[in-house]
Amino acid sequence: MEANQDKKEFNITVYTENQVGLLNRIAIIFSRRKLNLDSLNTSPSEVESIHRFNIVLTETEDVIRKVARQLEKQVEVLKVYFNANEDIIWQELALYKVPTEIIAEKVSVERLLRQYGARVVVIRSDYTVFETTGHREETDALVEVLQQYGLIEFVRSARVAIIKASDGFHAKLREFERLEPGEHAVENEYLNKGEKVFTM
Amino acid sequence: MQQKDALLTKTNETTVMVEELSGSEILLKGLIEEGVDTIFGYPGGAIMPIYDALYDYTDHLKHILVRHEQGATHAAQGYARSSGRVGVVFATSGPGATNLITGIADAQIDSTPMVCITGQVFAHLLGTDAFQETDVINITTPITKWNYQVTDASEIPEVLAKAFHIAKTGRPGPVLIDITKNAQIQKVEFEGYKKCDHIRSYRPYPIVRTSYVEQAAALINQAKKPFVLFGQGVLLGNAEKEFKAFVEKAGIPSAWTIMGAGAIATDHPLNVGMLGMHGNYGPNVLTNECDVLIAIGMRFDDRVTGRLDKYAKQAKVIHLDIDPAEIDKNVKATVPVWGDCKQTLPLLTALVEEKKHTEWLSKFRSFDKIENEQLIHPELNPTEGELTMGEVIHQLNLLTNGDAIIVTDVGQHQMIACRYAKFNHTRSNITSGGLGTMGFALPAAIGAKFGAQDKTVVAVIGDGGFQMTIQELGTIMQSGIDVKIMILNNQFLGMVRQWQELFNDRRYSFVDITSPDFVAVAKGYYIDGQKVSERANLVDALKTMLNSKGSYLLEVMVTKENNVFPMVPQGCSVSEIRLK
Repeated sequence: MEANQDKKEFNITVYTENQVGLLNRIAIIFSRRKLNLDSLNTSPSEVESIHRFNIVLTETEDVIRKVARQLEKQVEVLKVYFNANEDIIWQELALYKVPTEIIAEKVSVERLLRQYGARVVVIRSDYTVFETTGHREETDALVEVLQQYGLIEFVRSARVAIIKASDGFHAKLREFERLEPGEHAVENEYLNKGEKVFTM
Repeated sequence: MQQKDALLTKTNETTVMVEELSGSEILLKGLIEEGVDTIFGYPGGAIMPIYDALYDYTDHLKHILVRHEQGATHAAQGYARSSGRVGVVFATSGPGATNLITGIADAQIDSTPMVCITGQVFAHLLGTDAFQETDVINITTPITKWNYQVTDASEIPEVLAKAFHIAKTGRPGPVLIDITKNAQIQKVEFEGYKKCDHIRSYRPYPIVRTSYVEQAAALINQAKKPFVLFGQGVLLGNAEKEFKAFVEKAGIPSAWTIMGAGAIATDHPLNVGMLGMHGNYGPNVLTNECDVLIAIGMRFDDRVTGRLDKYAKQAKVIHLDIDPAEIDKNVKATVPVWGDCKQTLPLLTALVEEKKHTEWLSKFRSFDKIENEQLIHPELNPTEGELTMGEVIHQLNLLTNGDAIIVTDVGQHQMIACRYAKFNHTRSNITSGGLGTMGFALPAAIGAKFGAQDKTVVAVIGDGGFQMTIQELGTIMQSGIDVKIMILNNQFLGMVRQWQELFNDRRYSFVDITSPDFVAVAKGYYIDGQKVSERANLVDALKTMLNSKGSYLLEVMVTKENNVFPMVPQGCSVSEIRLK
């Protein structure tokens, strides 16, 4: 194959029709190639009736490009983008369940939670549930800290991501519905436009 | 539910009768609207309502009762491949549906347009492990271009229209519709059938970018040693004329994948032969010498490329394909020309200069000379010893003159037939290319004949593969279709034996296969036949087969341990092709 590329985290955004069985059709494109997903989120998009998958995995760009083309080949997939982390804005949500008695007694815990920007979701006499949103490292860091305070349960959501350079899907969809083929069949328009976009 | 069979409704200003029909009947009306005339199928519990409706539609829809559902899929493939139309299959739920899997997978990898309709248990029983319930949608997801489960009769017209549109447009492929029994029975208003010509999420024909066509033409015009590789894409795009015009104007030697055989005639002066593992000497060696490689409607399968990191590294690659996912999949393209080759080839032809490349072409011919002397001539013209597969195909060529449709199974006889059969016409070579499905040929030949009734159809099959779908002799018997069956019997699973001989120290592990008296079996099905093992009787036997009224089985005993050469051993570069 071509020059050895390094693996890195990629974010694949898949715009699809909302149809039973499509999740499987998308998932098997990865499993057939023995690719393990780091994260998978499905949600509505800004356009009614159009669904959006956010998929995260660590691979070489070459593999990601081929997979993206296979995804886009599926009849009910409208469009696929793949982006490096620099090209997206992303968040993950995490919930932490900690014994209330420890929280109540230890001032250091309160300080920690403030430091990590955690919010209280539920307080009960036996446990308290906090949430944070942020990048993987941030949510992971709090897990590590809370372990020593009797962390009972932890769960993190899949990643949701917005493509910095995207103009949204409304215009694209009109193009699809107009029966006029655009030049969107192959290239990932956003991958090489990092410098053109506003960065936080 | 409506009680009346027909009711009046108002649409716009006119009052029209809106019929109320069962899902089954709507399905059959839809098939007729799609131009379907032949269905290959097998009834069963969950598809009974459709078969009941079919009883009244036999004037329009010919149903061929196969002997196993796998046979239905291969017959539909044969039909599609010989006619260019969509093959249609009916099967019941559970085992009926799972028996389709091999044929669907074969159609998927060989891009054959096919619509399979399976019955399914009642919707309210889905997921309950009901009798003959199988999750055929999820089983077939990886091997279909599209599939859909219908649980309400009102969905049928739109889903069927979508299925045909998807199966036959763009890069064709198999589609499966699973219809629950309640939806087959349910009566709904039917306002007529509308064909589908657009699905917003589906782009069958990528836009052609003229800048890439121009770059491709510039590369071709500068090339000293251009080389064209063509595949089934030329046939699927009905672009044989456009292809011929292109290679003739540019004067480029052209070689074919086995799926592309017949796109231009075997005897065409620019046709330099077959690519790949058992392809011709020149095309393989010179792949690693050409300066511009022009791949048209082919996908650089590993059996064509051999070792990839030593494949045409010196060449600039122009890749014409309708499927963007094929570009850069195996071989990196210098210039990708995605689009329907029926559209892209004329654009390219207009821009390329008229050339001859006489010296370059003669290089191919000098390799031909070596291959011919060392290999082809002795294979096709032996004077003593046992019969060879090659000479049987050669004698067949002389009698059919390259006008027959040759359907092959998988193995040594397939490679020999593809190498030596003469094709004057497109859609004449029907074989299982990508999947390599033994048992393909007999049912595919039945379908091919239904798809091209004016042609002679010869199924060339090995003694192993024939026994995989031998029951389809019953389909021939009952339908009365005229298929010439030629078994090349070497009493071995020959291709595996060849590999065991060459790479496993002749450890012949389970390749020694015994056969029944094939002629007697055929006669049991009231199909005439004979067995021949002497050279002196071969031509007469072939003539008898070709001239017989109706189907005929000819079993030819060939030499047991013959190897197919040339050969690019696995893991080797195409230029390391062995002549012996």
